[in-house]
Parts: sequence; C-alpha cells; structure tokens
Amino acid sequence: MSIFVDETTKVVIQGISPTSQGLFHGLRNKAYGTKVVGGTNPKRGGETIEGIAVYASVAEAVKETGATASFISVPPRGAADAIVEAAAAGIAFIVCITEGIPAQDEALAYNRLVQEFPGTRLLGPNCPGIISPGKCNIGITSGDIALAGGPVGIVSRSGTLTYQALHELSQQGIGQTTCVGIGGDPVPGTNFIDCLAAFEADPETKAVMMIGEIGGSEEERAAEFIANSMTKPVAAYVAGVTAPPGRKMGHAGAIISGSQGTAQAKMDALNAAGVAVAQNPTECGEKMVAIVKGLG
Amino acid sequence: MDLYEYQGKQYFARFGIPISPGGVADTVEEALAQADAAGYPVVVKAQVKVGGRGKAGGVKLAADADEVRLHAGNILGLDIKGHVVKRLWIEHASDIAKEYYASFTLDRPHKMHLGMLSAEGGVEIEEVAVTNPDAIALLQIDPLVGLTEEAAREWVDRAALDPEARAQAATLLVRLYHCYVEGDCDLAEINPLILTPEGKVHALDAKVTLDDNATYRHPEWEEYAADDGEVDPREKVAKEKGLNYIGLAGSVGIIANGAGLAMSTLDVVTQAGGAAANFLDIGGGANADVMAAALEVINADPAVRSILVNIFGGITRVDEVAQGIIEAIGRVKLSSPVVMRLDGTNATEGRALLAAHLSDRLIVEPTMLDAARHAVALAQA
Repeated sequence: MSIFVDETTKVVIQGISPTSQGLFHGLRNKAYGTKVVGGTNPKRGGETIEGIAVYASVAEAVKETGATASFISVPPRGAADAIVEAAAAGIAFIVCITEGIPAQDEALAYNRLVQEFPGTRLLGPNCPGIISPGKCNIGITSGDIALAGGPVGIVSRSGTLTYQALHELSQQGIGQTTCVGIGGDPVPGTNFIDCLAAFEADPETKAVMMIGEIGGSEEERAAEFIANSMTKPVAAYVAGVTAPPGRKMGHAGAIISGSQGTAQAKMDALNAAGVAVAQNPTECGEKMVAIVKGLG
Repeated sequence: MDLYEYQGKQYFARFGIPISPGGVADTVEEALAQADAAGYPVVVKAQVKVGGRGKAGGVKLAADADEVRLHAGNILGLDIKGHVVKRLWIEHASDIAKEYYASFTLDRPHKMHLGMLSAEGGVEIEEVAVTNPDAIALLQIDPLVGLTEEAAREWVDRAALDPEARAQAATLLVRLYHCYVEGDCDLAEINPLILTPEGKVHALDAKVTLDDNATYRHPEWEEYAADDGEVDPREKVAKEKGLNYIGLAGSVGIIANGAGLAMSTLDVVTQAGGAAANFLDIGGGANADVMAAALEVINADPAVRSILVNIFGGITRVDEVAQGIIEAIGRVKLSSPVVMRLDGTNATEGRALLAAHLSDRLIVEPTMLDAARHAVALAQA
C-alpha cells in the first residue's frame, strides 16, 4: 500500500505546451511508470504533444480519461486558478509545485477547496511532489533515489532534504511506501498531520521519517498528534538549528521570529512526543534504519 | 519586503487610512520645508528598518524651525544599530488621548486571515500578549468572506475601544483589511492607532511587510525596491547577482541547492565545530553562471577560510553542476580551498568530470558530514 497515490492513479498535466515545465516533468513521471493520461491547455485542445493527448480543460480531460490526479507547474499568476479548476472538475488529488504564488491567492484557493470541494486534496504549492516508489511519481523527485517495497513513509517540508531523506534510506536498502514533500509555503494544502494520519492508517507503512524546518508551528502540532494518535515509530530532523533569527531563508516557511518556531523548540516538542530526533539528515537516516531493523 | 514607516504610511493613504500630514526630508532644508507644510509642532522621525528608534534618539518633537534644524541635523547620519539614517519623516505632532493596536496577518495554523485589535496600544504587542492576553481581541477572517462592516463593528466593541472611537475605528479597520488583501501585505500593522482629544482616529505609525511573491502585480512597488535598507555589503552584492544569500559571522563559506539543504549544511558545519560565513541557496538551475556568481560573492568575503559546496541533484543534474564548478573556477581566482559533496541525479558522471581537476584546493568528499568536517578543518588550519 501507499498513501494518496498508487499504480491506479491517473494524472493529467495542467497547462501543457511543448516548452512548459509541466511537459518536462510530466514526461519524466511518465517514464517512471506513472499513468499520465493527458494534459490540458485551452488553446491546444485536440493536439498531441510528445504522445500526451491535450484537452481544452480539466473537466474535459476527466470526462475523456477518468483522470483522478492533476499536476500543476504553471507560473504563479495562473496557479491558484488552476488549482480551483482541477478541484471543480472533480480531481481528487492535486500536486502543485509552483513556487512564488502570492500568499493571498494561496489562502483564497485553500479555503475554496475546503468549503466548496472537500473531496479534493491539494499537495503544495511550492513542493517537490509525491512518489510511491514503483507505482506513481508526480512532481520533480528523481525516481532513481527511491526504493520500492516499504516499510518507511517519509514526509518533508523541504525540497532537497526530501531527496536527502530518500537517499539516506535507499542507500541502506530500506524502501519507502510513499514520500510526500508538503512544501514550505505559508498555506500548504496538505500538512504533516494529514500525512502522519495517512501513514498511521496504511498497513504497509511500519515507521515514519519526518523532515521539518524552522518557522511556524506545524512541527509542534505534529508532535502533539504523534503523542496522542500514532502507534508507529517516528524519526525526525528539523533543519535550521543554527539559523539566525528574523531572517527569511529562501522559503516563506523558513523564518523564525523571537523564540517561536525555532528548531530547538520543535526538536524538544518532538522529543517529548517520543520521536527519535536527529541532529542532521544522516543521523536521521541512521535512526530510521535502526528502528526498521528493530521491527523484526 | 519591509517598508520604511513613511512608505507604509503612504501605502496606507492609498487605501484611505487617515495618517498625520507630513512628508520626507533628506536634508535639514527639506525638513524645514516639510515642517512648514505640516504645521508646527512637528515630530522628526528617523527612517530606518530597525526597532528602538526612539531610545536611540531618532524621534524628536520640534516646536519651531530652530528645533527642527537642531534635531534634523542630529538625526541625519545617526547610526542606529548599524543603520545610518539618510531620510527623515516630518509630520504634524498629534495630541494623543488613547493609543490602540491593530494588525492583519496570516493565521498559519488556521489558514485564514487574523486580525488583532487592542485598546492597549503604543507598547510592544508581544509584551501585551504575554502579560495581558485578554487585552487583545483576535478575529479570524475567512478570505472568501472578508471583513464586513458589521464584523468590524462587533470587533471594536469586543476590543472595548473608547465609545467615541468605535465607528471611525471600524471603518479604518475595513480599509486596513483592504490594504492587507489587495495590497498583498504579509503584515499590515498600526501601533499606535490613536484617538485624539478632538475625537479623531488615525494611524500614528505604520509597519508594512509586502509579499515579495506578489511583486509582479504591483508595479508601484518598484520605488520601494530601490532602497531596501540593506546594510551588509556582502548581501548587497549577492542581491545584485540575484542570489539568495544571508551573511553570517563564521569562516566556512556555504553553497547549497535548496533552502532546506542549505540550512542543514549550516547545521552540520556547526556540529563539526565550525561556523558558517553565510547562507546561500543557488536553487534549482545551478549552471556555471550561477555557480560563478556564488563563488565570487563568497570569495569577496575576507572572513572566509574554506568553501563548502553541498549539492543534491534532483532535477538539477550533478554533471551540469560539476561543469559549472569547473567553468566557475576558471573564471574566479579563489583564495580559499573548496570542499564538495555531490549526490543525486548523475552524481557519478559529475564526480568523473571533476576528477581531473581535483587537488588540495578542490576536494570531493563522499558524504555531507565528511565534507563539513573537512571544510571546518581547512577553515581552522
């Protein structure tokens, strides 16, 4: 098993054109084995681009292909509308990797989904995507660094550290059920708790690796959830122990002000929740490997 | 992007939020002219993007032209926590009956907007939040609904603002909400929001942080970007080159792809007993130009003793990064040795490309921890 996406997931690429990021990444996802069933572009309906059938709208693509998921990598000014279009068309799982969407647009799109399309889950924006190794890869993660077969689920707020986490486990011969990059934007569609709950419910996932970073209070909330609602072991790393306060480090998420949102506060909260907390990604991988080996 | 007080006030004024009459001055003469226009008495306020201006002598009341001349002369050029005052805001001094606090920002856990209103303004709101949290009336706002006049009226009642201030405050809050939403602010804060003895409510200060992601739809923001108040010369140069760079105090220069990996690199350098000279995320497309620019900026920092390059290729192919490093080293004469860690897509090809160029000045280590330890050792040698 895996969470959110598997071998039956049918993906439509929104905003596809011969020069689009969506085509580039979509073809890579398709080559990995993901069922990419079509693309959308209001000006190119009826065309075929590199073997991918193009529809004028997501609604048409859903009708013609039975698409269940969508992949959005269109520029920031069109991304929020693309999210709402997919949800309105009945797409159940939307992956949006677009970086740089205004926070106001994100807040609006998120709340529209919650209120008008509660059946839709959004992953991102500004995330690397999701991979269920051997089954489905939506986004920019390199399939080479993932290993199929479980038993570890990964959830991460940071892009390159998601790859690092996969790499640390795969190198030790430990596979993953699903690796979810939730992204570092202010209004993420899917958060740590959504993923932790899904991993807890997934029979094939036996342990979870969590990568957080400074800023906000999502890690603290996740710690509370782990303490109260999880039976499976968790190993975690929080990036930014040495980050100077009050500075934005690339992501909107990675900012600390005052004592709130520091890596130390997050690590303390996770520690108190019984999580194996590591000082760096490598140590986190080692702790996860030890946990998995101890599962017998 | 944080705005100066005067920019924040001018931004407020666009949305109909009342502010004191005033203007900017870069010289004593301009200050005198602005004071005449605003009407005495005036307040002479240093424009710097750092807190604690008042305590540092950057805010003074002036009753007449002689006092404006004196204070403007003293404040211009004043160093406030490393920020040298180049500009003043001169405004008509307000009589204050009461000081309130009002702000809008994003409530991340609830993914809605959050309004904060308090009848106890004029002091640090963080302090009020600790000592007297009940004095802050919070209001969660659904972005699909917005802040209605009715909700604003209930809110000012709940915050227990003085009765004579409530109607004006409610109107002002709706306008501040529009400024926050349509103006694409991460934060729109007024502290203090004042009630005058004549019964007028207006903004006496302005703290505005704009959402950089919305720059594309705000051509009027261009003037704000021209003077961003940056004080670290390294950061100025890095910004000109379009790099995501933050200057720090250590001796190990850092280059990594991705903000998370860059932060993590800082962490492991510290754990290895060293200290990072900077945070630098070269992002996804780490081609030769970006790598050369990154190496140039770090090379120009005299405190740097070694450089740690930490790359995990995803979409970015490591062989392209390696090619970039080779080209960059050909262009930039480096005064510090470089330690690299290269993993991910095409890492084998990338390491093979670099093999012919390796020396005691250009080193590849197999893991992030090994690379950090080596870079720290070189920095301390």
